[in-house]
Amino acid sequence: MSVLDRIRGDKPTDMNRRGFLAIAGGAGVGLMVGLKPFAAEAEAAAGGIVQFNPFVKVSPDGAITVVVKHLDMGQGPTTGLATLIAEEMDADWSQMRTEFAPADNVVYANLAFKAQGTGGSTAMANSWEQYRTAGAAARAVLVKAAADKWQVSQGEITVAKGVLTHPSGKRGTYGEFAEAASKIPPPTGMAQETPYKEPEKFKLIGKEGFHRIDNDPKTDGTAIYTQDVKLPGMLVAVVAHPPRFGGKVKSFDDAEAKKVKGVERVVQIPQGVAVLAKNTFAAIKGRNALKVEWDDSAAEMRGSEELLKMAKEAVSKPGVATATNKGDAEGALAGAAKVIEAEYTFPYLAHAPMEPLNCVVDLKKDGARLIYGAQFQGIDQPTVAALTGLRPDQVKIETVWAGGSFGRRAVPTADYVTEAVMIAKAIDGANPVKLVWTREDDTKGGYYRPFYAHKVRAAIGADGMPVAWSHRIAGQSIFAGTALEAMAVKDGVDDTSVEGASNLAYAVPNLKVELTTLKVGVPVLWWRSVGHTHTAHVVETMIDELAHAAGKDPVEYRLALLKDKPRHTAALKLVAEKAGWGGKLEKGKGRGVAVHESFKSVVAQVVEVTIQKDGGVKVDRVVAAVDCGTVINPDVVRAQVEGGVGFGLGAALRNAITLDGGVVQEANFDSYEPLRMGDMPKVEVYTVVSQQPPTGIGEPGVPPLAPALANAIFSATGKRLRDLPLGDQKFTIA
Amino acid sequence: MIKLKINGQERSVDLDAETPLLWVLRDELGLTGTKFGCGVALCGACTVHMGGVATRSCQTPIGDVDGDIVTIEGLVGKDGSKEGHAVQAAWRALDVVQCGYCQSGQMMSAASLLAQNKKPTDDEITAAMNGNVCRCATYQRVRAAVHDAAKRLEA
Repeated sequence: MSVLDRIRGDKPTDMNRRGFLAIAGGAGVGLMVGLKPFAAEAEAAAGGIVQFNPFVKVSPDGAITVVVKHLDMGQGPTTGLATLIAEEMDADWSQMRTEFAPADNVVYANLAFKAQGTGGSTAMANSWEQYRTAGAAARAVLVKAAADKWQVSQGEITVAKGVLTHPSGKRGTYGEFAEAASKIPPPTGMAQETPYKEPEKFKLIGKEGFHRIDNDPKTDGTAIYTQDVKLPGMLVAVVAHPPRFGGKVKSFDDAEAKKVKGVERVVQIPQGVAVLAKNTFAAIKGRNALKVEWDDSAAEMRGSEELLKMAKEAVSKPGVATATNKGDAEGALAGAAKVIEAEYTFPYLAHAPMEPLNCVVDLKKDGARLIYGAQFQGIDQPTVAALTGLRPDQVKIETVWAGGSFGRRAVPTADYVTEAVMIAKAIDGANPVKLVWTREDDTKGGYYRPFYAHKVRAAIGADGMPVAWSHRIAGQSIFAGTALEAMAVKDGVDDTSVEGASNLAYAVPNLKVELTTLKVGVPVLWWRSVGHTHTAHVVETMIDELAHAAGKDPVEYRLALLKDKPRHTAALKLVAEKAGWGGKLEKGKGRGVAVHESFKSVVAQVVEVTIQKDGGVKVDRVVAAVDCGTVINPDVVRAQVEGGVGFGLGAALRNAITLDGGVVQEANFDSYEPLRMGDMPKVEVYTVVSQQPPTGIGEPGVPPLAPALANAIFSATGKRLRDLPLGDQKFTIA
Repeated sequence: MIKLKINGQERSVDLDAETPLLWVLRDELGLTGTKFGCGVALCGACTVHMGGVATRSCQTPIGDVDGDIVTIEGLVGKDGSKEGHAVQAAWRALDVVQCGYCQSGQMMSAASLLAQNKKPTDDEITAAMNGNVCRCATYQRVRAAVHDAAKRLEA
């Protein structure tokens, strides 16, 4: 197999189960499988820039441009992927550039999904071999070009910081040899014979001091996000959506809207009524002036209270489906000396990225051009093709920076992309269209983390160790009702509803995990760390209850149950050491721990809280220990865990999307208030040294936070936090 | 016609006085570094300087503009250095940004704070910056970068 065969992604046949479980955090990463030949010759483009393979371009001035197949929504794959190429090319960090890849479901497939897309914390894991191979392949032909020119042997040439040198004193840069190298066929078999650089020779991977590659455009205002895109003749579209999910337009009166200066068109689309204007403010004003009557005959009319009641009822009975059944949990519970029982509830959560959803579409007869923070090109491109009657290859997607996403921009129904395309269709592509959602649209727009209820009954033996664990979960399925349902839901179990519970890390001999999937007309979606957002809370607070019931230290208790889990053990021991676990705490302070595996990484956290004079909770400090395999950029890893802590904390403290008669009650950052600076604890992040391939880091920092917080509150107050969010509950010090 | 002075340049715009400065900057003048986050002064992504003071441009009708406007594109260091303002240099040194969308507003708030308070305490930083939301929760680094920028300005 040639090097370029190895770089090439597999030809996607269809979205397979493995791929989508990987998005959701279930299954494997970095699948390097049966590959198709790649067009062997490097291509010279305008300006003498040579593209050596799908991922590496070299300019005459020596700049190396890395083609980034993943969306960067802040999690840092541009920095990470550039690091892999720079490492194998022995380049200088300052000569690295990046650009986002076009939509191409074969060449730029996420190897964990076999489709182009970003999610499941797979960006670095799936690219680990592919991008290093691409860098090594480019380096090989460039060095050969230098050897040919200098009439020396390739083996005598060394490369450091992007400079090629020969003992004779000859020196050169990649830029000088790019054109000549473009005519050299890429090596074959090299990846097997010279399997990348040995880790001890790394100059960049795992090293401190290499700054994020997107620092400059993101600190001088030049980074272009979807919201900043302006095409000639473009109109801005703002849409009046139905107040209830499943609602439809009955009739509308656009007389007042059309009077607004700058409003050009008002069109009905399946998603509502779109006002198109020359600028954003006019479009918003026009939308506000619309009078729309809605048809709620097919709409979801229930409120949060009814929905949560339904979920609680569901977990009071055996589940409809069984996700895990090991030993005889019911039998062991019946005969147990001590049974602990608890119920939990979790609300809908909105992603609320700083950049509300948006999408630019320029629809022409023979093709469509879309510009946006595209997270799931593998779904979006064929969806747009089907909507427009174009072939997928006529749908060009240009990916730009995304102002956050947390999962919201990767949607199995391509909801917001579809909405933008339907507007463009409604005006026959007369103008390019930028669909803009306001903050209120974004908050009320659905695709939430589903609400859930859990019920756990756990039994401990005479030694205090667990003998049985019955875990019932009820809530909506993320995949149900989407085109991916058939391959993602097996035997009535959507793994994203139970992941983190169905694969309980603790050694419990009798384990049963059951699921009842509820049908609700509110669209739901993965939200940074998906099922682990709720399962980790239940598992990690329940195990804490068992430790307490057993009269054992929560860290020691966990370690005793994790004897065959070396990564959990290492993370737990590291966090306990760094946090000063077991040290004295002043009265009114509490300390809690949690450890959880998600996206193939293990994160342990210790949270310290102070109960305020008014009974409120202040989070002082969070210490995290992470095993994410090989660390590519240590500072990006720290940043992701710091951010994951903040993201998880905001939700745990006060976020909930609630419905009243089917209408979402939250609208802007007053009623759905993210964490603010004043709420942010001091966060310390430590990594477990590992030589294993990299695993996820964008999401795994989130799941342990809420349970570690709940356990800290328990240690200070003796009260368990089983219903999220915390809200304005007041506590008395135990 | 409404006349505005933005980043040292006189600009005239033919728009209603009620139009928020945010949309004039972004849609009319192409200064897209100032971001739309909430539209109601709850997140600070749209923060600019008006007469040197951090101001939410989404809630500032152009008819009410009183003072010179500076946006992220016009933020300059004291010696006009290539590094930009001390807050920008600090932000880069500490790798504050993640998605980056809120960071123009964060830096404009920070620069305004430092213009009024050369050496802010942690509490003063929180008071000045609590209105700037970052969904990536880069707050710990924002705080450290404000302290770092204060040192750079002192030097």
